[in-house]
Amino acid sequence: MKRLLSTFALAGALGLSAASAQAATKLEQVKSKGFIQCGVSQGLPGFSTPDDKGNWTGLDVDFCRAVSAAVFGDPDKVKFTPLSAKDRFTALQSGDIDILSRNTTWTITRDTSLGLNFTGVTYYDGQGFMIRKDKKVNSAMELSGASVCTQTGTTTEQNLADFFRANNMQYEVIAFATNDEVVKAYDAGRCDVLTTDRSGLAGERLKLTNPDDSIVLPEIISKEPLGPVVAHGDDQWFDIVKWVLYAQINAEELGVTSKNVDDMLKSATNPEVKRLLGTEGKFGEGMGIGNDWGYQIIKSVGNYGEMYDRNVGPDTPLKLARGTNALWTKGGLQYGMPIR
Amino acid sequence: MSDLAVPGKGQSKTLFINDPKVRSIGLQLIALVLVVLLGWMFVDNARENLAAQKIATGFGFLENTAGFGINQTLIPYSETSTYGRAFLVGLLNTILVAVVGVFLATIIGFMVGIGRLSKNFVVRLLSTAYVEVLRNLPPLFQILFWYLAVLSNLPGPRQSLSIFGEVFISNRGVMIPRPLFGEGSGIVLWAFGAAILAIVLINYWSKARQEETGQRLPMVKIGLGIIIVVPLIAMIATNFPISFERPEMKGFNFAGGIQVVPEFVALTVALATYTAAFIAENVRAGIQAVSHGQTEAAHSLGLRNGQTLRLVVIPQAMRVIIPPLTSQYLNLTKNSSLAVGIGYPDLVAVFAGTALNQTGQAIEIIAITMGVYLVLSIVTSVIMNIYNKRVALVER
Repeated sequence: MKRLLSTFALAGALGLSAASAQAATKLEQVKSKGFIQCGVSQGLPGFSTPDDKGNWTGLDVDFCRAVSAAVFGDPDKVKFTPLSAKDRFTALQSGDIDILSRNTTWTITRDTSLGLNFTGVTYYDGQGFMIRKDKKVNSAMELSGASVCTQTGTTTEQNLADFFRANNMQYEVIAFATNDEVVKAYDAGRCDVLTTDRSGLAGERLKLTNPDDSIVLPEIISKEPLGPVVAHGDDQWFDIVKWVLYAQINAEELGVTSKNVDDMLKSATNPEVKRLLGTEGKFGEGMGIGNDWGYQIIKSVGNYGEMYDRNVGPDTPLKLARGTNALWTKGGLQYGMPIR
Repeated sequence: MSDLAVPGKGQSKTLFINDPKVRSIGLQLIALVLVVLLGWMFVDNARENLAAQKIATGFGFLENTAGFGINQTLIPYSETSTYGRAFLVGLLNTILVAVVGVFLATIIGFMVGIGRLSKNFVVRLLSTAYVEVLRNLPPLFQILFWYLAVLSNLPGPRQSLSIFGEVFISNRGVMIPRPLFGEGSGIVLWAFGAAILAIVLINYWSKARQEETGQRLPMVKIGLGIIIVVPLIAMIATNFPISFERPEMKGFNFAGGIQVVPEFVALTVALATYTAAFIAENVRAGIQAVSHGQTEAAHSLGLRNGQTLRLVVIPQAMRVIIPPLTSQYLNLTKNSSLAVGIGYPDLVAVFAGTALNQTGQAIEIIAITMGVYLVLSIVTSVIMNIYNKRVALVER
């Protein structure tokens, strides 16, 4: 009888604790555990790759560090969960991760019926094709009958179907669960073509045995706005993650960098810079974090341009020009909402 | 506690709570209530969380357009088909691997199992090595071995190995001619069916004859003869209506013919050889369970070694072999979900993978997938149990 009673007590306690955990906001949860759980890709050069010591680097990784800097005043309070394309949304929906920062395309289905919220665009991309030079193909329109390797559970898979259908061409798709498997299959000659976002092609090309034997075809067959994602149901957390990106874009626009941010903090007279760095107004408080959130982000991770150049820019192995990812003032699409 | 007190029959002094019957029923009732409560809590919790995150629920998504391609489909499927159709495609691909795998595993398993008991040293050694190596390596590793180490090293489609210019083997898989059924081919198919029926009838008659006279007909030779000659006569009579479409190199790949994708080959071969190692052990155990006196008795009747094994030992061994064999069949079916590692479009890859990711209906899709594996397992067990009843010892 005693054992039975204790079982009841345990069940009751579990039920109660589960109920109270539900009530806490995401920000409270993150603060009480002391770190942000960030979902990233399993290894895509330039976006998120672990080095041999297990340190993650890349654009997607840096963005999570920026959120950590805003929340904790420390960019290193992040733990990374490598996720396959197939598992990423389930991980976010179930609360296993707090932010998904994993070259994920913003689509209406994902934004509305998957229980997700996209917080912005860290990289404007488009889908392309990579093929071996010896196939002597110069345009995607010549690909009828080709075998195409791609990653399963991606918008890539659907765009591919749309493209071949729209142009009345035949194809055979071989879909793998992870990027590495896709690259291996392409390298082994299982398929003629590898397709993914063009930024991804630049990264995955580096993993080939002979990167120079393959070319990227000129066609861009889709729009792939890639950005961080949070789960539905917590507007405060959604706001924080969204404004971290805007702060980084605004900082680039205002010329605030990780190198000059300390000087700016002391001597800036531009009210826009002052609001960004938290010396004027109380915008951090409105989000439930420190007023110096903007300063912390720029100081430790840098503005959007610095983050771009460090990870995927022309001086990196990926050699991606700014293109559509330039500021709106320079003919690109990156536009930071005003901090006021 | 009053465990030591043994209440006598009809003693009204016994406390109600100490009545063993009341206690056992009561405790079971409490357990049932707890299980139901817990289950209800799970369902309610899931529903609440889904509603809070505004995630769509229900099975309506099965009628939406899937919009992705699949490279092996046993039924017509295109990118404009529904998720429900994609589910069927995945399911059939899983069943195909399971059926072909079970068939191959049974043949290899019996050969190796018998080989382990062979008097020939080399055969015995090879069989033992086979079992010990394949049984002890993880199945996913074996699948990757076949896929990455063996099949991807085949030449590209342009340099493919050709067998008489009809069958082509390359790293895109095996291309075989596709039969085209012209006018009158129905007669040939009917003739084929009639040939099979005739063999079954002759076999039946031959058994009855053997029980009466003790004489055996060479059934294998008769069967082969009938199955070849009867359809052939029909073919000649209808002026050869069945032709073959040959695979031909066109652009990037072969066009025409039937393509057996390397993912299928790797998965089926790996699962069949892996499971065969376990089946071999079941077969060996089954044969060893048959008393050696049976063999001696069969020999003294003048039966040769092969006949003894086929007619006396194996039938008795089947009783021991079948129950564990069933569980190996189930293992093979379930292991086919490792397909996702090499991009074979099975149920898990297509439905619990791509479809789940695109629709986000995790709970519904996982429930359906679990249901499918449950049904596949139950159907396999039921069939095997019926067979088991037929070969079980009939007590007279």
